[in-house]
Amino acid sequence: MNIATPAVKTAKDYASDQEVRWCPGCGDYAILKAVQKTLAELQVDTEKTVFISGIGCAARFPYYLSTYGFHTIHGRAPAFATGVKLTNPELDVWVVSGDGDALSIGGNHLLHVLRRNVDLQLLLFNNEIYGLTKGQYSPTSRVGTRSPSTPGGSLDTPVSAGSFALGAGARFFARSVDTQQKDLPVVLKRAREHRGASLVEIFQNCIVYNDDAFAGFTDRSVAADAQIHLEHGKPMLFGKERNKGLRLKPGRLELEAVTLGEDGITEADILVHDETDRAMATLLVGMEPPSLPVAMGVVFCDPAPSSYETGVLAEVDAIQSSRPGTLAELLTKGNTWTVS
Amino acid sequence: MNPAALKVDLPELKSGGLLILDSGSFNERNFTKAGYQQDPREDGSLDDYRIVEVDMSQMTQDALKDSGLTKKEALRCKNMWALGLVYWMFGRERKPTQDWLTSKFAKRPEIATANIAALNAGHAFGETAEMGEDLAAFSIPAAKIAPGLYRNITGAEALSWGLVAGASGADLKLVFCSYPITPASSLLHTLAGLKNHGVVTFQAEDEIAAVCAAIGASYAGGVGVTSSSGPGVALKTEAIGLAISAELPLVIVNSQRAGPSTGMPTKTEQSDLYQSVFGRNGDSPLVVLAARSPADCFDVAIEAVRLATKYMTPVILLSDGYIANAAEPWAVPEAETLPRFPVTFETNAEGFHPFKRDPETLARAWAVPGTPGLEHRIGGIEKASDSGNISYDAENHQRMTNLRRDKVLGIAKDIPAQAFEQGGSDDRLVLVGWGSTYGPISRAVDNLRQEGLPVAHLHLRHIWPLAENLGELLSGFEQILVPEMNDGQLVTLLRSEFLVPAEGLNKVTGKPFKIAEIEAAVRARLEA
Repeated sequence: MNIATPAVKTAKDYASDQEVRWCPGCGDYAILKAVQKTLAELQVDTEKTVFISGIGCAARFPYYLSTYGFHTIHGRAPAFATGVKLTNPELDVWVVSGDGDALSIGGNHLLHVLRRNVDLQLLLFNNEIYGLTKGQYSPTSRVGTRSPSTPGGSLDTPVSAGSFALGAGARFFARSVDTQQKDLPVVLKRAREHRGASLVEIFQNCIVYNDDAFAGFTDRSVAADAQIHLEHGKPMLFGKERNKGLRLKPGRLELEAVTLGEDGITEADILVHDETDRAMATLLVGMEPPSLPVAMGVVFCDPAPSSYETGVLAEVDAIQSSRPGTLAELLTKGNTWTVS
Repeated sequence: MNPAALKVDLPELKSGGLLILDSGSFNERNFTKAGYQQDPREDGSLDDYRIVEVDMSQMTQDALKDSGLTKKEALRCKNMWALGLVYWMFGRERKPTQDWLTSKFAKRPEIATANIAALNAGHAFGETAEMGEDLAAFSIPAAKIAPGLYRNITGAEALSWGLVAGASGADLKLVFCSYPITPASSLLHTLAGLKNHGVVTFQAEDEIAAVCAAIGASYAGGVGVTSSSGPGVALKTEAIGLAISAELPLVIVNSQRAGPSTGMPTKTEQSDLYQSVFGRNGDSPLVVLAARSPADCFDVAIEAVRLATKYMTPVILLSDGYIANAAEPWAVPEAETLPRFPVTFETNAEGFHPFKRDPETLARAWAVPGTPGLEHRIGGIEKASDSGNISYDAENHQRMTNLRRDKVLGIAKDIPAQAFEQGGSDDRLVLVGWGSTYGPISRAVDNLRQEGLPVAHLHLRHIWPLAENLGELLSGFEQILVPEMNDGQLVTLLRSEFLVPAEGLNKVTGKPFKIAEIEAAVRARLEA
């Protein structure tokens, strides 16, 4: 017997030979590390994995992985990915995008890849700024963001990736933070496991153009009170003491944060996270400090019976196997005549 | 013709031509509607024509009086009565039309029966009425055509089937990604009905997504095809540039229509030649092919897939609204004689990099995801010619630009030498055409040559790269005339490539050239 035992791959085996070139201190390094760690934990086959990106700092991602990679054009990565899956559904496809790429120039494609439910993972690195083009405000920048293109502060309301995704009919939405190296791989694994389009919003710090944009809920000193880590079937508790929880405001479809032991609140009053509850998910993605914590982890996961490309290809296969077409039959079908 | 049709179409009729008027519709009300001050039969405006008056409205109604149809419904069959008369004049068989009516109105057999009755009545009128010499049956002898099996085919069908045959010749899956647009949508409709050939169709959210999905399909090892019309192709431009840079096969079908912008979507034009050959950022060569007729679409589509997959390049296939919707008889080829050009994907990891090239064709290796040991990254950033890694090196960019150019120009060695359709180097004037002007040009040249005029005809299928011998052929002519349904695009290309005194004959009315227009233009030049 001469069968080689496949060597166990480590995170390093998922790195390409190219020098990683983001600004020193960029959150993308941490995300890259978490992704490589996830791939190693899952022992994915590099040859069956494709990372597809658009344009932006995040879009450099595929060059740094030892899988197949396609660095495409601005905003269109989901469309390329759809073509890949329609051609070879066996490939494990990851799309890497930023807030400008996915939600501004590529908003249309994100909408449609989510509603079609193509089986792939979309990683949205949200840093609320345009980094590669040197610091203009982005569609997720908060109102009042001062930038080279908005010296007086931005005026337009930002888009929320979570609300957008759920509105588009996404069946998986999760959140994490670049530096949360324990949580991020967990979320990434769940996204990959999900059959259909899974969108993971990763809050990513741009150290140069928007440093500490998320410090208000990611800084160690506040994180426990400003974030809630959702787990399916578990009560939605948070806080340093895990003594805060979420409940519906009496008489309103609105969440509020309450403290156990205050005003007669007990754990029985706290909502239990049901990740298949779309209506609850729309409330959870809208939560913002200081009144409410930012929802982290798998906010929504409700798989459809089948993904888009599976359906398309099943139809083609069924028709082709029941009445396979030949070129000869195609060319001569219908009315023909012979000239002698 | 009724008064309205007469008003619009009379200018199209040659002097001495035959006019069949539906006398029943010649009344004051219709004169006013058509904008005639008085009866055009009486004001001398029809003196140059031979006139036959037939009360088609009444005769159609008479023929259908027992059909159970209302008067309004019966009058809708008037076109079939007229067609029946025309079939008699030209000695054509009614059966295919009768069969078509039966199947078209299968759910309303009374309508089918009435239309067939009207068709037969019009035909019978021709046979029995003594209309004198003005309305005599024309004897059109059967055209001399090669023996074999024939069928009618529209441009959209021929192009769709050609893409299926091309993908089959390449042994690859056809993935057709498109967004609805006039007049290109019929391709999507036809291919969506060919799932039994394994065709995958994808109606994307927009033109850009359509071309990107097609490129994704090629990246994954299929034949990615997208289709649109000029404005849609404009939107695809950036992605086409990526396919040029990443060197992936891609077929872009452009069913041209009158432009610019929305232009006249239902009117034909061939004004996207510049867009196809030049219309991208950067030095971005690709292959441009043009179909000359509905049936020709089949062969050109196969050629497009062959060149795209063999040379790892986008290919733009130019059709137009006229070709897409027109039909013509086609000698059906034997399926087993169709070109075969099976693609071999790269599998050898030894010395592999994604921009390793075939020294002969300069095509890069096509390694598809799923292949162990060949994992690589590609994209739109310039790549080092010897590794495929990102490179901003000055000399490398020069080298890669040259390689992309030479690869496409080298295809000239792999296409047939340009041949004359009619005439040859001894003639004084050559007409150079491309696309759907083939019909009127070839008829005009045929007529002129029968008169003994020294006129030749060259028709280009390969717009870029041009055939290797084209410059030499052109250089032998005193006069080069290039009829195009645009403001002068191929003529500019020929002048710039070959420094020849080519002259344009241009028409952008949304209508095809008339044979007489081309004949007149040639005569004027030969007499000058």
